[in-house]
This record gives sequence, structure tokens and C-alpha cells, in this order.
Amino acid sequence: MTEHGDERSREERSRRERSELASERSERPVASAPPAGAHESTGAAIKQNWPLFEVFVRSKRGLNHVHVGSLHAADADMALHHARDLYTRRNEGVSIWVVRSDAITASSPDEKDPFFAPSGDKVYRHPTFYEIPDGVPHI
Amino acid sequence: MTAYDAIVELNDHTHWAFGTGFDDPLAGIDTSVPPGTDTAEQCLALGDDALIMSHRLAEWCTNAPELEDEVALANLALDLLGQARLLLSRAAQARGDGETEDTLAYLRAEHEFHNVRLAELPRGDFAHEIARLLVFSTWRLAVLERLVDAPDPVLAAIAAKGVKELTYHREYAAGWTVRLGDGTDFSHGRMAAALEAVWPYVDELFDSREARDEFDAAIRQVLEEATLAVPDVSSAARVAGKAGRDGVHTEAMGYLLAEMQSVARAHPGATW
Repeated sequence: MTEHGDERSREERSRRERSELASERSERPVASAPPAGAHESTGAAIKQNWPLFEVFVRSKRGLNHVHVGSLHAADADMALHHARDLYTRRNEGVSIWVVRSDAITASSPDEKDPFFAPSGDKVYRHPTFYEIPDGVPHI
Repeated sequence: MTAYDAIVELNDHTHWAFGTGFDDPLAGIDTSVPPGTDTAEQCLALGDDALIMSHRLAEWCTNAPELEDEVALANLALDLLGQARLLLSRAAQARGDGETEDTLAYLRAEHEFHNVRLAELPRGDFAHEIARLLVFSTWRLAVLERLVDAPDPVLAAIAAKGVKELTYHREYAAGWTVRLGDGTDFSHGRMAAALEAVWPYVDELFDSREARDEFDAAIRQVLEEATLAVPDVSSAARVAGKAGRDGVHTEAMGYLLAEMQSVARAHPGATW
């Protein structure tokens, strides 16, 4: 294949990847790898062999790991390296977690009301009736 | 002092959620050039290696097999470009002849560059880049480790910064060498061919037996895991005993410089 051919198919692939990721984020309640046989080209076939991983980074000033995005990798070790290269380029992190996207079970938007609405009127669950001492920030 | 201060690294850039607290690698270091050292030559050679290798790695932008590896290779290129800037600046300062990092990078001719020939070899396939990177990073790491207590404090500080970067570069290259070497028959063959292509340029890298032994041990460990053998090929020919360090380069070097220097030469003194 010529270099230009490579570039074209690569561009196409990255475009498809972006749209794949976008649709995954907005539509699928349960994060999962693209279904088998959904794409015809070899580029997509390779992508299917490389599962999607979700990346969590703990910043220097942060107390917990925060979801920052997702990436493709052949295994967890490669995902960790890719995460280092993609998500900590600007001195963001001191610790990284990666987890395969299909290992995450997520709540469904359809269940939003039964899941979350009941807690909306329980004001007594908030500790608003205490006086906070001056020396305790971040609350 | 509250309980929170102890666990949170506070700084002046509270408007950034991420990415604060950058370090200056030369902070607090005496930058006067110590007399009687060969700092200028050393910094120039190591700076040229970093600059030319960085340029080759940057050529993978829009060409890598995966988006994730494209960013990874660009990161390595930027690490080396950072080293090149510090080293060429130091070389210019030590020479004291009015050169700057920019004039050294953009206005020298081919025979005035002292990089090893390994760095300038034209971009091949991905396996070739991994083989070159494995050799380059393993060698450079061994060299920089020996410069961490160099008599020139600036060179020592640059080396200390470089050691951390090169350790990651070697890890990245070793990881891919094992994946490709211990992968399918096809990937094994491509990786073996790539090693054979870069191996003739290994000998000219070393002027210290100690560094060579350390290099050989590290490479052997990686290649064993990758089910690959150390290539049995002869060294690339020198020209009247001279190679990259003496300013004698391969055919690829002229083309590389023509591209790298074209903007600076077309618009002398331009700023943006």
C-alpha cells in the first residue's frame, strides 16, 4: 500500500473510532466493546481485537482517581502505558487506574427516576444543621 | 495548617484542576562553565543525537499504526527535543562564539553535525523504529547515567532529567520488542529483520567498555524474552575511519537537514 493510501485509511479509521467512542459515551448505558461483525474493514477488525479501557487519574492535588477518558490497548499493561502517554502529558497525574470498559456495569438512563429521584427531597440527609469549624475547608 | 494541607499539594495555580507544579530542570544550578572540561563537545554531540532522533520520531505523527502509539512516539520525540534544546544551549554557552541553540540546530551544515548515524537512518516500518529506539534508548540511558555526576553541573542536571525520560523510552521500546518478537511468525520475522537493519550502527555508539557491557546485558534480557537473537551482522563501514561523531553521515542525513532547516533558512531571523 502506498503511503497516501495508508494515510487515507488511517484517517478514516480514526474518524470512525472517534464516532464510535462518541456514540458509546452518549448512547450506551453499559460501556462495552463494539459488537463483533459490526465493521467490515481490517482497521476495524484490529480495533475489535484491542479492547476499550477506561482511564482514571489521580492528580497531585486530588484525593481520588477521576475518570478522564478511554483508549484502546491490547492488554492492561499496554493500557497503562497508553494512559500515561495520553492523559498525563501535562503533569496531571501521580497515579493511574485502567479497567476494561466491558467490566463496568453502569446504571441506565431509563432507570434515572427510580434510581435517583427519591433522594431529591430528603434534605435531612445533608449535614446542613451543623456548624463547621473554621479550620475545615473543602466542605 | 489543617489536616487537608498535609495531604494536598497546594500551589499558586488553583485555577487549574490538573497540570500544575512544573519543574525547571536547571533551577538553582550554577550555570558558569567550569574551565578545562570538554563540555562544549559533549553537549553538542549528545544534543545532536537528541535533535536528529527527535526529528525521526516526530515523522511518525499521522503515520503510526495506532492513535495511541502516535501520541506515545510524539511524547518521546518531545522529551528528546527538550534534551536537545538544553544541550545545544549549553554547548553554545560553553563555546562562547555567539552561536545559539537555534543557529546550532538550523544553520549548521551536514558535516558539522556530530550525531551518531543510528539516529539519522530513514524511517522504516514500525518494527524498525522500535528496534532503533530500543538500541538508542538503552545506549543513551547508559551514557547519561554516567554523566549524572559530570564535572559540569548543567550537564549533570540535564543527564539526571534525561535518565528518567530514557528509562521510559527503553521500557516502551522493550515492551513492543517483546510483543512483536514473541507475537506471530509474521511479527517475529519483521522484528528480527528490523534488528538486523539497525545493528550495524551499534558499534560506533560506544567509546566505553563499561557502557557497552551494560548495554549488551540489557539488550540480551529483552531479546531473550522476545525470543529473538542478537543479530550476527558486521558493522556499517566507516569513511576513512570516520563516522557520525566525526561529522561523516549517511545519505539520509542531507535530506533530513534539508527538511528540518528549510523554514529557518528560507526566513532567516524570523520570529513568531
